[in-house]
Amino acid sequence: MPILSVERVTKAFGGLAAVSNVSLDIMEGELVGLIGPNGAGKTTLFNLLTGIYVPDSGTINLSIDNQRIPLNGLRPHSICQKGLARTFQNIRLFKDLTVLENVLIAMHQNIKYGLLTSFLHLPAYKREEEKLLQDSIELLRIFDLDKKKDELARNLPYGEQRHLEIIRALATNPKLLLLDEPAAGMNPAETANLMDIIGWIREKFNLTILLIEHDMTLVMNICERIYVLDYGMVIASGTPDEVRTNKRVIEAYLGEDINNA
Amino acid sequence: MRKFIALGLVYAIVQILIMTNLISGYFQATLVTIGINIILAVSLNLITGFTGQFSLGHAGFMSVGAYVCAIVTMRMPTIPGFILGVVLGAVAAAILGFLVGLPTLRLRGDYLAIATLGMSEIIRIIFLNLEITNGAAGLIGIPQFINWTWLFIFTVGIVLLLSNFVKSAHGRACISIREDEIAAESMGVDTIRYKVIAFIIGAACAGIAGAIYASYFYYLEPNLFGFLKSVDVLVIVVLGGLGSLSGSMLAAILLALISTYLQSFPEIRMVLYSLILIVIMIFRPQGLMGSREISLSVFSKLGNNKLWDRFKSQKGGH
Amino acid sequence: MDKLLQQIVNGITLGSIYALIALGYTMVYGIIRLINFAHCDIYMIGAYVGYFCMTFLKLGLVPSLLIAMLVCTILGVLIERIAYRPLRNAARISVLITAIGVSLFLEYGTMFFVKANVRTYPEVTGILAQRFKVGNIVISMQQIILVGITILLMALLQFIVKRTRLGKAMRAVSMDRDAAQLMGIDVNSTVSFTFALGSALAGAAGILVGIYYNTINPLMGVVPGLKAFIAAVFGGIGIIPGAMIGGYFIGAVEVMVSGYGGSMFRDAVVFGILILILIIKPSGLLGKNTREKV
Repeated sequence: MPILSVERVTKAFGGLAAVSNVSLDIMEGELVGLIGPNGAGKTTLFNLLTGIYVPDSGTINLSIDNQRIPLNGLRPHSICQKGLARTFQNIRLFKDLTVLENVLIAMHQNIKYGLLTSFLHLPAYKREEEKLLQDSIELLRIFDLDKKKDELARNLPYGEQRHLEIIRALATNPKLLLLDEPAAGMNPAETANLMDIIGWIREKFNLTILLIEHDMTLVMNICERIYVLDYGMVIASGTPDEVRTNKRVIEAYLGEDINNA
Repeated sequence: MRKFIALGLVYAIVQILIMTNLISGYFQATLVTIGINIILAVSLNLITGFTGQFSLGHAGFMSVGAYVCAIVTMRMPTIPGFILGVVLGAVAAAILGFLVGLPTLRLRGDYLAIATLGMSEIIRIIFLNLEITNGAAGLIGIPQFINWTWLFIFTVGIVLLLSNFVKSAHGRACISIREDEIAAESMGVDTIRYKVIAFIIGAACAGIAGAIYASYFYYLEPNLFGFLKSVDVLVIVVLGGLGSLSGSMLAAILLALISTYLQSFPEIRMVLYSLILIVIMIFRPQGLMGSREISLSVFSKLGNNKLWDRFKSQKGGH
Repeated sequence: MDKLLQQIVNGITLGSIYALIALGYTMVYGIIRLINFAHCDIYMIGAYVGYFCMTFLKLGLVPSLLIAMLVCTILGVLIERIAYRPLRNAARISVLITAIGVSLFLEYGTMFFVKANVRTYPEVTGILAQRFKVGNIVISMQQIILVGITILLMALLQFIVKRTRLGKAMRAVSMDRDAAQLMGIDVNSTVSFTFALGSALAGAAGILVGIYYNTINPLMGVVPGLKAFIAAVFGGIGIIPGAMIGGYFIGAVEVMVSGYGGSMFRDAVVFGILILILIIKPSGLLGKNTREKV
């Protein structure tokens, strides 16, 4: 049973279909790439999956522990609580908060204490906050950000901001992680390092990952399957080798050498 | 612990000064005004400074608390009646906060500000036309129960509760809405719920401030709670720094002192007040405290030490 | 029926005032995203300048109108230059507080100089005092002049905004300030020009109100200012024709409500409309919904 199944989803803005009739299935534990030229509708699809946009038609279902959860019409926070987390292409950290606070906020749903405890700082407050702090620092260690936990997010170098976005998404305890161009703006060494870490995160947290990426080396190297979008439609899917040699994909990328891009 | 000793000292010293008549009746009124303004400012700061929801309707919430408390205590002029009045005032204001919060949540920024302004004007007009509030003539002879002890309990209590709240997971959820609403909801924060919670808490506190007003100044009329009153509160919040509770307190005290001092020049009082406002905004648009907290021993619980260290290191760095 | 028609005539008159003031709010908001709370006080200053010209200098309507507009233009530009420009990149709430500060300064500064009491415009005489009866409806010459001047000014404004270089610059800056700057548009002088236009219209509204209602006082701008702002929001803030439509709509509603016995709740109805429009269509009657890019 696929962990995420998208069936014939369409979304139009002012008559222009940004995503049209897209269907895709992602199996549990897979690492799937989503590629396509600029404006192909990749990020729009992410926004549909995470509830920021509501599909005009079609269905999106998440399956966790053999339970089918329709995501259509759910608001973003409940989709996140069901186990689907994301990062943003244009980095949306809480820039004026510290690195640690960014992670703590994402752990929000782990909090069991209520408003009364918040007001009075009853014993449960201290107990849970301390646990939260430990867990956050644990996560921050993945990218060596624990030493910078008290810095403002806006003061981090660009690459570390991308790392923090991933950690923040992990803090929501997801089953399925959507990464929107995690390697954008990174140099080849940083990208290689990121690839290792994505692989490691996937093992460690038992994750399924769907990632949008322009860096073909990264996509071709680590993804098991790839979906290609163009003009809002899925034009090809398959293993990296199948996609690489697909005629329509080559046409869509005409002018760009898909093997080297 | 230090905090409670310091607070106890402050209470005791002022109480002794009052009992020995070293604090005049006039200055006592200023103290009450300061307390009310602190409650109004910290509660609006929760809505506007921490949750990022720009509200220009705080006077509306305050007026509901004031009228409910006045009406109850005028019928039950006893201490239990007074407490009941304060509680009912807070509850009524909270219900209003909920009602205002819900439909206006789709609105952002200036639009929300204007909608809340409209709401508080509607409340004022309703009070102007109701029989139970005696219309434009207002209510006179509300029993006076507020003294320094009550004022101290309410003001310090609300400040402590709110400062605890903003440092909890629920407070962080509110702050995340201010920082980036879309990121917040994508991280599992139910943004609508927390906006409503912020409005309800803020409105309830404003209601208590209104109840204190009614019970000390024993006179109410709807025009006390016009647009300018909401602006007064917003000015305190912005002046102190959005997202800084100690800033709100500092600004409330500072403005009350300035205002008391300016009483001696009634003709140019407002002119000077407005000039001070403009000058401070031009030279310090982030307010006196920015979003930082003071970490005096009295406020040690309020001050986030990490923030304070950051503040010091930033100062050293430049 | 006669009553309704009479109310419509009165509504158009009141609506003209709101429309003139609303234009200033909407243009300034369009260009720097600021609710210029001081705008309503520029209108008040316009009324006082007109009063001064007509009472002490014994000038006629047209020269007084022009002087009032000129003084308000200068005032508006100065306010932007001194109080708002230093805060161009500050948080919007700080600029808003500054605007409220400027508003209080103008109100209480005026009160300091002319005292708080109500002043009365000189009684109109001659042709201005004429009244016409059409059936059972009374239309005064003042109303005709007020509406006429309003329409003339609005037409002039449309011409400036649509046909002149400065008007194009205004529209460009309000769409995208940075892009406009990159295209070589002088943003600062365009913003000044916007304040100049809006303030001139507010000044005209001030003197016209003085002639029509006779009495003026330093706080006369507060309530019409709020309503004009509501008119601007109603029509779609930032949209010039929206402000005109909104002005006439709010004027008509207000006159109807008080005409049919609801004068106590007149303002409440206007605010209620505001909240309704904000909930149903926050971008206003003519506004387009914009979506945040994620």
